[in-house]
Amino acid sequence: MAPGLLPWRTDPIGPAEPTPLTITLDGVPVSGLVGQSLAGVILASGSVGFRRTSHDGRPRGVFCGIGVCYDCLVEVNGLRDVRACQRRAEGGDVVVTQHDPPPNLAEPQS
Amino acid sequence: MTSDVVIVGAGIIGAACARALAASGMDVTVVDRGCVAGGTSSACEGNLLVSDKGPGDELVLAQYATALWRDTAAEITEQLHGVVPSVEFDAKGGLVVATTDDGAVALLAFAAAQRAAGVDARELDSAQARGLEPELSPETRVAVHYPQDAQVQPTIAAMALIASARNHGATVVENTPVIAGIRDSDGALAGVATAAGELRARYVLIAAGPWSGDVAAMLGLPLPVHPRRGELLVTTRMRHRVFHKVYDADYVGAVESDDDALQTSSVVESTASGTVLIGSSRQQIGFESGMRVDVLAQVAAKAIRLFPFLADASVMRSYGGFRPFMPDHLPVIGADPRLPGLWLATGHEGAGIGLSLATAELIRDLMQGNATGIDAAPFSPARASLAPYLVGAA
Amino acid sequence: MTNVLVIGAGPAGLAAASAARRRGASVTLLDSSDLLGGQFWRHLPQSRPAARERQLHHGWSTFTGLRDALIADAGCLIIRLAQVWAIEPSASGAAAVHVVVGLPDGAHRDTMTFTPDAIVLATGAHDRTLPFPGWDLPGVFTGGAAQALAKGERIAVGRRVVVAGAGPFLLPVAASLAGVGAKVLGVFEAGRATALLRGWLPRPWQLILAGGKARELAGYAAGQLRHRIPYRPGRAVIAAHGTDRVESVTVAALRDDWSPIPGTERTIAVDAVCVSHGFTPRLELAIAAGCELTADRFVRVDDNQLSTVRGVYAAGEITGIGGVDLALAEGQLAGHAAAGGQFSEAQVRLAVRRRAVFRGFAARIEAAHGIRGGWRGWLTDDTIVCRCEEVGYGSLCRSTVGTGSQSLRTLKLATRAGLGICQGRICGRSVEELLAAFAPHGVLTDGTISDRRPIAAPLRLGELASLAQPTDHPLHQLHPRKDRS
Repeated sequence: MAPGLLPWRTDPIGPAEPTPLTITLDGVPVSGLVGQSLAGVILASGSVGFRRTSHDGRPRGVFCGIGVCYDCLVEVNGLRDVRACQRRAEGGDVVVTQHDPPPNLAEPQS
Repeated sequence: MTSDVVIVGAGIIGAACARALAASGMDVTVVDRGCVAGGTSSACEGNLLVSDKGPGDELVLAQYATALWRDTAAEITEQLHGVVPSVEFDAKGGLVVATTDDGAVALLAFAAAQRAAGVDARELDSAQARGLEPELSPETRVAVHYPQDAQVQPTIAAMALIASARNHGATVVENTPVIAGIRDSDGALAGVATAAGELRARYVLIAAGPWSGDVAAMLGLPLPVHPRRGELLVTTRMRHRVFHKVYDADYVGAVESDDDALQTSSVVESTASGTVLIGSSRQQIGFESGMRVDVLAQVAAKAIRLFPFLADASVMRSYGGFRPFMPDHLPVIGADPRLPGLWLATGHEGAGIGLSLATAELIRDLMQGNATGIDAAPFSPARASLAPYLVGAA
Repeated sequence: MTNVLVIGAGPAGLAAASAARRRGASVTLLDSSDLLGGQFWRHLPQSRPAARERQLHHGWSTFTGLRDALIADAGCLIIRLAQVWAIEPSASGAAAVHVVVGLPDGAHRDTMTFTPDAIVLATGAHDRTLPFPGWDLPGVFTGGAAQALAKGERIAVGRRVVVAGAGPFLLPVAASLAGVGAKVLGVFEAGRATALLRGWLPRPWQLILAGGKARELAGYAAGQLRHRIPYRPGRAVIAAHGTDRVESVTVAALRDDWSPIPGTERTIAVDAVCVSHGFTPRLELAIAAGCELTADRFVRVDDNQLSTVRGVYAAGEITGIGGVDLALAEGQLAGHAAAGGQFSEAQVRLAVRRRAVFRGFAARIEAAHGIRGGWRGWLTDDTIVCRCEEVGYGSLCRSTVGTGSQSLRTLKLATRAGLGICQGRICGRSVEELLAAFAPHGVLTDGTISDRRPIAAPLRLGELASLAQPTDHPLHQLHPRKDRS
């Protein structure tokens, strides 16, 4: 089961017909609607854990949804550290998931 | 409560001295008005540098310290494994970069003099420098590589040295301001009075960094240690792209300057957590601690000049601290001739983390009347260059 | 004419801007979003119009009235996508407010610096979610995320969802989820029925005075009944389970102190869980401006909503968590005073009265739903506490004991808890509570707090460098461009 977009035809608030758009996520086309955030497009495509953490390599995705937790960071059109929940998707956006392992520093040798 | 020595200040200098003295069998009490590493030691970069020091006494002290750090870092990491986090000792080496022709001439002359004084300072042309640091600006003219430069996480280093001192029997009293000195019947210092009672001791060692002058004043003596503000920037975590402690050749001039106006020079390095630390400014503005956007903007601009890719890096944090600045640019280490029982270990400016271990060895050997590892006379409170500042009755 | 800068265009900020204009000030209104309304009136963008959007909102016409009037008002400059990243106080009076304007987290955004006569801080609050095992799994969301995605995008964060935490906010979260087609399996409120009664019953007349609020909550409650959502007080989600995403949660009954009662655990299969234990005010700008905080960590204000710093006013959740009606009243008073007015003047008499009523309401919410220390009993050794730096509870405890430190600042530096990219926004308060539990009197001694963030939002190094002056001259005020509004 996955997050999902309420189909506009059955939405009781009576939305107008939305305009589709397509972005790519790690090279794979993902479709969404004009006006959605990147987080919304990615979540509605069924991907909930799209970032990997630095130390343990664990999946992360949207947590706070309002720009506070920085868990949903993605690279957008070559620029890193963009909060997917704060950036509206634009057709053709090239989105790449982030994973930044910490540098491998030597421990002291006696 | 009576000890052999009361150390005023639980920063890196006090911590290193406490460990060295306690390990040699002395009964040590450390007292701080705040907490361990609560001042400059947790507001700095953790530099262990020889590269920024020209031939002279401070370089000798730094060379002494460099040898000590490698062993001590390994020792405390092993002793305190699972108790205190790693001190993140990293002998990453320094790279000093000149981006102008004038800068190149000055840098190479400086490095030649350092080599004559035994520093491992390797001249690199632009291509070689970019071999070590692929993201370095194409404007690099020459660079000098200093393999002896290293880094620790300074807050953890101070905490670890304190933990090690405790293991050797030292007592640490935090959140307790010293309010006065205690004199014995001969007028010698016999301890300190604190807000929480007396701490009596044969020796009182002031190791309070930029606040050392305030502590000395409470004991009735002037001490010319002044704060010199520095501000740093921290980026978000990124792929490992900066491999050494990289700084522009202006840094050397800024460290040695007496100018009290704002100076900035670029120091860029990765931390163990994957962030990039960008320094730093030097300003004599007392203990004024607010963030200054104009200062940070200059620091940022200079960092981008070294590493153009940083223009797109995100800055998430800034912090600032106060370096303990001496008028004659040398730390003061040893017995204060003005007042029997008073000892000083302070005034290391921006080099206290690196110099702490060597300072502690000197204090231990001087206090116990042993031969010192290097000549301690240049750092003595009795040195001629300090005399004009120390006039004051005991 | 007085120049008033309002930071934040949620209920408090909109009310402030409107009141300041009525009192004759020239107003600049900044918000980091491209839409006005804040989190409370989070709504669909213009590119997705909906005829009956008001159904999703409480006080929608209040919002559209404020918004439309300000947009039409030439004396109010609205700058959207404006991220305030620093405030530099000045001894001489006017603080400098530093802003980047452009796509969120973009590079090369326009930089602006304002030195207004008065500032109204209306920066709001965000969910506080306490750590529990598995809270770092994808599929665990804050209540705010569920709300924002439902109201702002018409997305349900899951199909089978539980809502948990504390406070009346859980009800609109559940209603929003149900409204976008999620099956809400239960709302688990940590406050026990006795605490709820203690908080809500002593002054029932307040419910009558706070009519709007009561109606708002009654509306959510009716929504719950319509969707047959079970409401269970005295229970919490104490663990989430799954490999790469949440697959189930453990719910347990709680004692009064929120510690779980052994033997009461049951597991519920879910594909999402939305958890909010309260709200954390967004204080970094107020702290940067030099505003004093109250003992319970809100901006201290007087009857004019004036902080302890001359020319800096505060309104809404940063002065106390109180909801939309309180935010509107405070915003109106703050804007009025920032423009030179006084709370004692006749035209704001109603706002003064409403502020008093809704403050009483806020106190009762805290009494009924405030966080209790027993939540630490949910944690296990490997529970992540700091999500950014992946610091576990066990390692945090060991470092605290090992170093013997009672200082938040040095423990953060030693453990990295709260040092990551969110800068402790999510874990800061929880880390403080966990560390304080080790301190001799349950209090950290260094006086630092996790809310202090001199860089209030990340910006690109190149954007910061663009502010560098060739010499040490003070920054010149940059004049905002009109075409941004």
